[in-house]
Amino acid sequence: MIETDIIIIGAGPTALFAVFEVGLLKLKCHLIDYLPQAGGQLTEIYPKKPIYDIPGYPEIMADELVHNLLKQIEPFHPSFTFGERAETIERTEDNKFIVTTQRDTVIKAPVIVIAGGLGCFEPRKPPISNISEFEDKGVEYIIKDPQFYRNKKILIAGGGDSALDWSIYLADIAKEVILVHRRNEFRGALDSVEKMKDLACIGKIELITESQVVGLNGDSKLESIVIEHDKQGTITRNIDHFIPLFGLTPKLGPIANWGLNIDKQAIEVNTFDYSTNVPGIFAIGDINTYPGKLKLILCGFHEAALMAQSAFKIVHPDKKLSFKYTTVTGIEGIE
Amino acid sequence: MINIKLTDRQGNLHVLEAPTDMNLSLMELCKAYELPVKGTCGGMALCSTCHVYILSDQLLPEMSDDEEAILDTAFFVKTNSRLGCQIKLTEQMDGLEVELAPEDEEY
Repeated sequence: MIETDIIIIGAGPTALFAVFEVGLLKLKCHLIDYLPQAGGQLTEIYPKKPIYDIPGYPEIMADELVHNLLKQIEPFHPSFTFGERAETIERTEDNKFIVTTQRDTVIKAPVIVIAGGLGCFEPRKPPISNISEFEDKGVEYIIKDPQFYRNKKILIAGGGDSALDWSIYLADIAKEVILVHRRNEFRGALDSVEKMKDLACIGKIELITESQVVGLNGDSKLESIVIEHDKQGTITRNIDHFIPLFGLTPKLGPIANWGLNIDKQAIEVNTFDYSTNVPGIFAIGDINTYPGKLKLILCGFHEAALMAQSAFKIVHPDKKLSFKYTTVTGIEGIE
Repeated sequence: MINIKLTDRQGNLHVLEAPTDMNLSLMELCKAYELPVKGTCGGMALCSTCHVYILSDQLLPEMSDDEEAILDTAFFVKTNSRLGCQIKLTEQMDGLEVELAPEDEEY
């Protein structure tokens, strides 16, 4: 078990700066992020986009800001768990929290700071009314083991790289591969598009474009699928598996079940210190909401500084906290 | 100032007054009017929560590759689908008629 002062959920810019602010108060942090690296959206979604509203930087690339933040928090030696999602939370007898990830990493601390941004990125599910009934009974959003589809009849939906790549890969494994896409054009890499079309020409892939999957049928498992073609109308195919590959969408995830007050996928906080309704749990950055909330990195930084003051009092209820400037004390912080 | 006629997901018509000198996008205008448009990514054509259908025939900016790519991952997409965040409001768009596309998933 990892023991620390503060468990930070998320490793985006607000989470990283929170390490700095609590580090000045000599509090240690452990960060958990579902993504494989630090930086959150900045690294994952827009590393090469410029940001213009970071004070002191007329312009800075998103990945450069993350790099700088990581350098800024180096003196405080934070530890990280990447690629894992904080799943459950429990309170201990000594008034601390135990957070367990989906891979059974266990972390204990008196304070939790949720800086989870938009939440966890999960597969986007097509709006077919009974799709949840067939999940793991023929509908899979992620391909874990391609051999699972050996000699099966599968239908992949989507027009991006993953839909193309998996259609090509599974053409040699599955008994039948159908690829359904809403347009005639594909947005994937050019050589993937050509390869897929070659496979379609020799009958290894059945390509159905200008179409969307609109219905699923089966008793205990998926048996057939209904496709709506823009011009030809309804098409039905018997299949064993439906794999919709429409990218990822952010979801609050398991945090939604932690007893926190939630409003439209955001956690309600008190602007005094960005505490939630559960004592000891704070929420900062894009994941929180309060009257006048602005989803800006700048605001996340401010929230982190105020949160740190209250977090200190929870970790050290007997110690007195006096505020000092870094220009006076350096980053050694207070005693 | 121009007018945009917007039909919400319940079929109600809203007439939105929009300034054209603030570099506002259709998504931002919807949010300013507190219409149920999430704009999760902030306007970078990275999500599809500002998905709209264009009902009138004003000339609109051409679709970028990024916008096409995101529409490929969206649902309820039609030939007149656009992302509101990619439509910067200009004088030529006066009277534009749009409809909010259904949400992928409820909150």
